[in-house]
Amino acid sequence: MTAPAYNFAYLDEQTKRMIRRAILKAIAIPGYQVPFASREMPMPYGWGTGGVQVTAAILGPNDVLKVIDQGSDDTTNAVSIRKFFVKTAGVKTTTTTTEATVIQTRHRIPETPLGDHQVLVYQVPIPEPLRFLEPRETETRRMHALSEYGLMHVKLYEDISRHGHIATAYAYPVKVDDRYVMDPSPIPKFDNPKMNDCPALQLFGAGREKRIYAIPPYTQVVSLDFEDHPFEPYRHDASCELCGATDSYLDEVITDDRGTRMFVCSDTDYCGTRRAMGHGTAAEDTEAAHDDR
Amino acid sequence: MNAPAINTAFASQAAFRALMEATAQPGEIRTASALGAPAPLSPATAALVQSLTDYETPVWLDDAFARVPAVAEWIRFQTGAPIVQEPRQAAFALIADVEAMPDVTQFALGSEEYPDRSTTVIAQIERFGGRAFQLGGPGIKTSRTFAAEPLPNDFVQRMAVNRELFPRGVDLVLVAGEMMAALPRSVRITEGF
Amino acid sequence: MYVAVKGGERAIENAHALLADARRGERAVPEISLQQIDNQLALGVDRVMCEGSLYDRELAALAIKQARGDMIEAIFLLRAYRTTLPRFGASEPIETGAMDIRRRISATFKDLPGGQVLGPTFDYTHRLLDHTLAQESDVASAATAPVDDTPYRSVADLLGDNGLIERAAPQEGQGADVGDLTREPLSFPAGRDLRLQNLARGDEGFLLSLAYSTQRGYGRNHPFAGEIRFGEVEVEFFAEEVGFAVPLGTVFMTECQMVNQFTGGDTTAPCFTRGYGLAFGQSERKALAMALVDRALRARELGEETDAPAQDEEFVLSHSDNVQATGFVEHLKLPHYVDFQAELGLLRKLRAEFFERNGESETPMQDAAE
Repeated sequence: MTAPAYNFAYLDEQTKRMIRRAILKAIAIPGYQVPFASREMPMPYGWGTGGVQVTAAILGPNDVLKVIDQGSDDTTNAVSIRKFFVKTAGVKTTTTTTEATVIQTRHRIPETPLGDHQVLVYQVPIPEPLRFLEPRETETRRMHALSEYGLMHVKLYEDISRHGHIATAYAYPVKVDDRYVMDPSPIPKFDNPKMNDCPALQLFGAGREKRIYAIPPYTQVVSLDFEDHPFEPYRHDASCELCGATDSYLDEVITDDRGTRMFVCSDTDYCGTRRAMGHGTAAEDTEAAHDDR
Repeated sequence: MNAPAINTAFASQAAFRALMEATAQPGEIRTASALGAPAPLSPATAALVQSLTDYETPVWLDDAFARVPAVAEWIRFQTGAPIVQEPRQAAFALIADVEAMPDVTQFALGSEEYPDRSTTVIAQIERFGGRAFQLGGPGIKTSRTFAAEPLPNDFVQRMAVNRELFPRGVDLVLVAGEMMAALPRSVRITEGF
Repeated sequence: MYVAVKGGERAIENAHALLADARRGERAVPEISLQQIDNQLALGVDRVMCEGSLYDRELAALAIKQARGDMIEAIFLLRAYRTTLPRFGASEPIETGAMDIRRRISATFKDLPGGQVLGPTFDYTHRLLDHTLAQESDVASAATAPVDDTPYRSVADLLGDNGLIERAAPQEGQGADVGDLTREPLSFPAGRDLRLQNLARGDEGFLLSLAYSTQRGYGRNHPFAGEIRFGEVEVEFFAEEVGFAVPLGTVFMTECQMVNQFTGGDTTAPCFTRGYGLAFGQSERKALAMALVDRALRARELGEETDAPAQDEEFVLSHSDNVQATGFVEHLKLPHYVDFQAELGLLRKLRAEFFERNGESETPMQDAAE
């Protein structure tokens, strides 16, 4: 069903042009946040309006769209956004990572490696990696201009002296092509290494904050760290209860009032594909998943 | 949604998507085409102009384009974009005579705070072939061989100046007929195979 | 046995059906009409139009009905609709001096040309619940004076004749292009045009609190309500094809001209300064608050100290928009399990290390260490 009252993919052509120009600049200046005149969308700010505007600006009639939230195609917000594009653009959708040409995501990078024909669109709540160190846009903009990132390193090092570790578990800052420090959106730091040298184009849209930024394919993306405290990705030390995967990011699920817990893949397509291939029988290592002493 | 509107929307999307892919993978050739533009506008240039410019984007024309009044008229009629006299004022600069193109520093380069406020230069060449270059940087796995001609003799030095300005600088799109390739400011370029 | 969560789509549809049902409420109660909302909840309609940035009473009434009376939700609906409308251009500046006045008061002069016109106001009502309104009531028409279409100049303009107050449009230049933050993202410092646009769209409650803070000493303004006027003004649009401005219709507006503390010194003669508020419909609280905040935000321009929240342009303009604010606050309802799991893992690890260091053993679970 299409909604005849609206333009293809909802946005009017003038708005798309404006967003497209911002995307091109973003790709040319990897990791730099390009201001754009974000529009009020029919979903709330903070619920993916930036990602939706980027997707709407790039989407064509031959695209195949996948939308995930928390790694899953079936969470409420993912369903809502996918329906929006089916309704306004009539595009083909999929839940299979490898079939998609455009993947809009909130908080995860798919486990299945992406290819150079794909575009990954991230929904971003706070695009400014320095925001919690310095609330003023005028200041953070100056810091980016001068590559003045000392404050970020001081913050990370304060974590180390207090906790023995960098106390950032998600939205872990990265440096892109050795120039801009960038917020990767609130993905778990487990996903950070997937951004580096990724064959797919990665686009980031922050609607409320009115910023678009990008990582071109095959671009160096380094998670900030220190020689004596190297970056380390984290995952629960367990395997997926359903597919037995030991390499995927896991969701912990509480299954009863006594606090019994189990672990399952956060990426539902990855998990489902593995199960379809016959993985996940009791033969595989699942002992840690029952670890609920 | 009536048919002409949707066709315009799709054509515009296709041209943008071609340039987006070309910018993401510098030196890769993509195609786009719009019909009916007066010479010397090539089909790909015309498609990009229709796709990306409007009343918010000042356009500058080099002498070779400016000599043909039909070019400015077509752009104004199709897009409503204002034609400006100084390359520094332009969001998009169109170059028909690439060997006479102005130095990169003649265009808007953006500021350190807002490097995006810079000119995108669309320059028409004869073909993607002949003079060869090696490209590196974001969008390129290791290195990519790229060939295009004609280009100014000191093209590599000019691109080095542009790269030196990073994050300021211009983004260059080369067009030959229906084909295009992008050399965004992030690209590192050397002469030869 | 755990089953991966499925059926999001059906759950959403069911939730929407429940919403529609709850919106309609008890079926025996007559459904509210848009005319009723427009007429009898008129000030709510005014607020939704003002912060929704779209002057259309019927659409605003519809938004209020659809939003079940949730004003911020109604404002959001109107804003989202506004996005889809084509733009033909900007109107000519409206002339509030030529307003067909329904209410006009000045707190600075006992009497002035045109006089004090109280009009329909809550002021001076005793706030006693009127139980007669609980029933359908038969209200007699109010006596009105004959329409006076004389244009009355504003108090600020009268003061300006003697140079006692600064000129209305100083350095930023009349005739210069006026910015539009819905077309260009705001960057700082913002011009006064963009500041006023931001405040006009801003949340009434937020502006009210900020305005109040300036009265309590956080960025003292020393204000006098020079004039508040509410009435009907004509909107004109300059049509390129005919070469002159054509009238589009009339809108009701509330304007507040605040007269504030002196500026001037060695080189310029002392004079009062201005704060300006303008809102769709009868929105006096909003216009007053806006004028106070506008003046507070001019502190830097006027060479005053800028240490109070209401004087902090970035702070005020970045947080005034209730559609942005509600979206981001409410997005906390969205799933965050991925990030929460990441934090949980980190916290468990830190706790395990803490207990190890202190020679205690943590109970009962410590499976999360890497």
